[in-house]
Amino acid sequence: MELYITEISKYVIALLMALYAYESFAVFRFREEERRGGIYTRQNLLMLAVHFSCFMVICFETGDISYLFFYIFQQIVLFATAVLFHMIYPETNRLIVNNMCMLLSIGFVILTRLSYEKAVKQFVIVAVSIAVAMVIPFFIHKLKFLKKLKWFYALAGIGALGIVLILGAYTYGSKISYSIGGITFQPSEFVKIIFVFFVASALHESTGFLDVFTTAVIAGVHVIILVVSKDLGSALIFFVVYVLMVFVATKNPLYLLAGAAGGSGAAVIAYRVFSHVQVRVQAWKDPWSEIDSAGYQITQSLFAIGSGGWFGMGLFEGTPESIPFVEADFIFSAVAEELGILFAMCMILVCISCFVMFMDISMRLHDSFYRLIAFGLGVTYIFQVFLTIGGGSKFIPLTGVTLPLISYGGSSVLTTLIMFSIIEGLCMIKEEEQEELTITKKRGKKAVIEDGPAMKKARKKRGKSRENEESDEVIE
Amino acid sequence: MKKRKKQKKKQMNMAILSVTYLFVAVFLGMMFYICHYSVTHQQELINNSYNGRQQMLIAKNVRGKIYGGGGEILAQTITDENGNEERSYPYGNLFAHTVGYSTHGRAGVEALGNYYLIHSNAPLSEKVSNDVEGIKYPGDDVYTTLDVNLQEVANHAMGIYRGAIIVSEPSTGKILAMVSKPDYDPNQIEELWDGLVKDTESGILLNRATQGLYPPGSTFKILTALEYMKENPDTYRNYQFQCGGSFTSGTDRINCYHGQSHGSVNFSSSFAKSCNASFANIGLQLDKAKFADTLEELLFNEELPLEIIHNNSHVEVNQDSTDGDMMQVSIGQGTTGMTPMHLNMITNAIANEGTLMKPYIVDRVENSTGTVIKQFSPSSYKRLISQQEAESLKELMRGVVEEGTARKLKGLSYTAAGKTGSAEYNSIKEDSHAWFTGFAPADNPQISVTIIIEGAGSGGDFAVPIARRIFDAYFETR
Repeated sequence: MELYITEISKYVIALLMALYAYESFAVFRFREEERRGGIYTRQNLLMLAVHFSCFMVICFETGDISYLFFYIFQQIVLFATAVLFHMIYPETNRLIVNNMCMLLSIGFVILTRLSYEKAVKQFVIVAVSIAVAMVIPFFIHKLKFLKKLKWFYALAGIGALGIVLILGAYTYGSKISYSIGGITFQPSEFVKIIFVFFVASALHESTGFLDVFTTAVIAGVHVIILVVSKDLGSALIFFVVYVLMVFVATKNPLYLLAGAAGGSGAAVIAYRVFSHVQVRVQAWKDPWSEIDSAGYQITQSLFAIGSGGWFGMGLFEGTPESIPFVEADFIFSAVAEELGILFAMCMILVCISCFVMFMDISMRLHDSFYRLIAFGLGVTYIFQVFLTIGGGSKFIPLTGVTLPLISYGGSSVLTTLIMFSIIEGLCMIKEEEQEELTITKKRGKKAVIEDGPAMKKARKKRGKSRENEESDEVIE
Repeated sequence: MKKRKKQKKKQMNMAILSVTYLFVAVFLGMMFYICHYSVTHQQELINNSYNGRQQMLIAKNVRGKIYGGGGEILAQTITDENGNEERSYPYGNLFAHTVGYSTHGRAGVEALGNYYLIHSNAPLSEKVSNDVEGIKYPGDDVYTTLDVNLQEVANHAMGIYRGAIIVSEPSTGKILAMVSKPDYDPNQIEELWDGLVKDTESGILLNRATQGLYPPGSTFKILTALEYMKENPDTYRNYQFQCGGSFTSGTDRINCYHGQSHGSVNFSSSFAKSCNASFANIGLQLDKAKFADTLEELLFNEELPLEIIHNNSHVEVNQDSTDGDMMQVSIGQGTTGMTPMHLNMITNAIANEGTLMKPYIVDRVENSTGTVIKQFSPSSYKRLISQQEAESLKELMRGVVEEGTARKLKGLSYTAAGKTGSAEYNSIKEDSHAWFTGFAPADNPQISVTIIIEGAGSGGDFAVPIARRIFDAYFETR
């Protein structure tokens, strides 16, 4: 009986996840949030079904009913998040909240399977983080001076990273965290957000060569501190985010070329100078010849990905725990093994859906500071997803970063939740901008009605600007 | 002013859009890579000894059975009442190298089909009832292409000699029999293991059919003849040579087998009588670069399209080859090393109008109730030689049976074609390995055999009679 349920649920879970992934792209068929209501409701139901099916399997496999209580707590928090967010901030985007909850629930499922203790810890952190994240859209919306704090961001970022470098503890060869009162922080995670704010505030008004140059120096300091701390993954994220933000702010592809050239040069130098870079590249090129040592992690990860097949081994049926640090750096491999390649691919699609929505919001924003923030955070998010999944599947060399919202790690999940909330705040700003626009339009119409000789000139002018607005919307 | 701002926004959106497309494209590439990798490397990953999942599957499923082509059980796992498992091989030594073993590493079909044998696709209802009874699930069974009767005939014909025999189907690539001697009893692999590993002299664990590298001797003349025909398509039929039992060029001298003088020979009688002197003469006329290319196309110094553990044949022909080297190469002596399996594949390509079918030994996989899980079908590897060249070589090989060194196959109910070899492996003594490779019936080849008997003597005297017994056994039942 149990076997029937666990076997059949494998296919059911994959199917539900595929439907969810489909809906997360179906959203883009409609331009207006109001017309997407049905999709969002279906998403919520599918999310509920996936989460429930997974925990049902966990209960059957372990024969331990106490997992059910844990499930109920999770479900309450996730459901409350999806509903409350929408109620408190009706102008925000629901796709982002839904995807966020979906990814969190996958994280809960796979962490519960890997380590109950860690899952509970993660759950508490997520619950607190969501509470923190709830207020963020409000502040983003209200605090208009955020774009003037350029030097504050620079100092805060470099300061936080610098302190870790000096005082931090080594964890597995990298100096990336420090503890305050028993809680371990990984500042490079939070600095990602501050860094995006720094670049956006520095480049939103003028993008002359001097501006780009000074920001490049600051960005370089960030990257160098991270490289010295041996946190290569974060260093790479900062670098890529900076180059792409400069490209978008200046609209000049030459900066992209310069960034690519500089990046390649830096990579070659890093490869020559740092032995740990060489080890990673070697382990990527041929992990099989060093299966005992440097290639161990990546080969174990490949075993996991390769053993699941399309529909997975089923929860508790595989051995993802054989991968070192599976719950942080290799969570994707655990998902692929037990829930299947199909499920894992759908999960990637959900991540892409988030990213596309971020970019969509960015393109619709009129204020270039906010639009750079939305763009920068989107790139930070998707590039991190790329690094961790690509690294775990031997697509690119391993850099050791977490999969946002799914991996175990308090700093990572809190940072990502803040990022998502900031985007929601930007969504509110976008709505506000649009309202202002329609008001201007209505005023224009009014002017037409009150037609008089004195207004002729003004009408002509407004008419022109209206034309522009319309043509602009077509492009959007 | 406002217009400029709009313009700016438009440009910025283009930049954002291009970054979006870039990331989406990279992700699609990565997703394709992951799917592709996990599907194509699934077996390799599971079979890796560092992968703990293998042990998990072994603990969950009883290792499946291995069957012969006629449904004979070649290997099975027997569980006693205490739950102890033992792998049993009912035919003992007979399939030692072919079916292999599954403890102390794996060999043969046990290694090839390991992925299937340790997985269970038993129906859910059976798994459920096994769960209730507390017994393991039945693993999937592997059905081979092996013909037990031919294997017995080949094994018996080899007698006490060391060597190897491969019997296969040229039109499909199915391996019907594969014998390698000396052999061992896989039922006793546990007790024998330490002795087998220490014994480096006789190499009992070596599957000579696929791993043994032998001097090909006169069987290599197939390749020399092919190259000569390729380079002289219009004139090779006019070739004439006066054999006085040896051929000398500078200080290098090649003797015919036992110094026999063949008199006046043309191209086809040089081949049929396996005249070393004449072929040394031909070897000197070949274009070294072209010959090297041809040999490479025929899979020398290349990876064989074969999943069974094997060695790759090697030959040395290049611009630096001296006359002496070329003379040696042309008659299959010198530094050339070739596996019997490779020679069988070339023979099959000739029999199959030039196209090599990929050799295979696992025909299908079935679950415990007989539902086919996976069916392997014949697949062509590639065209090794042109149809015309295959036809000409077949004609030459017919000549060997009709009026040459394989006359012991003449005048039977079937028409055979082939090539013998007597490969000298010891520069002091005149000992030689007896080779034969060929197929039958010549006009519609159904079966091919490749035989090497170590140190027996001439191919015509020792290998050809074995081929005849195998052909007889095959055609008797058809």
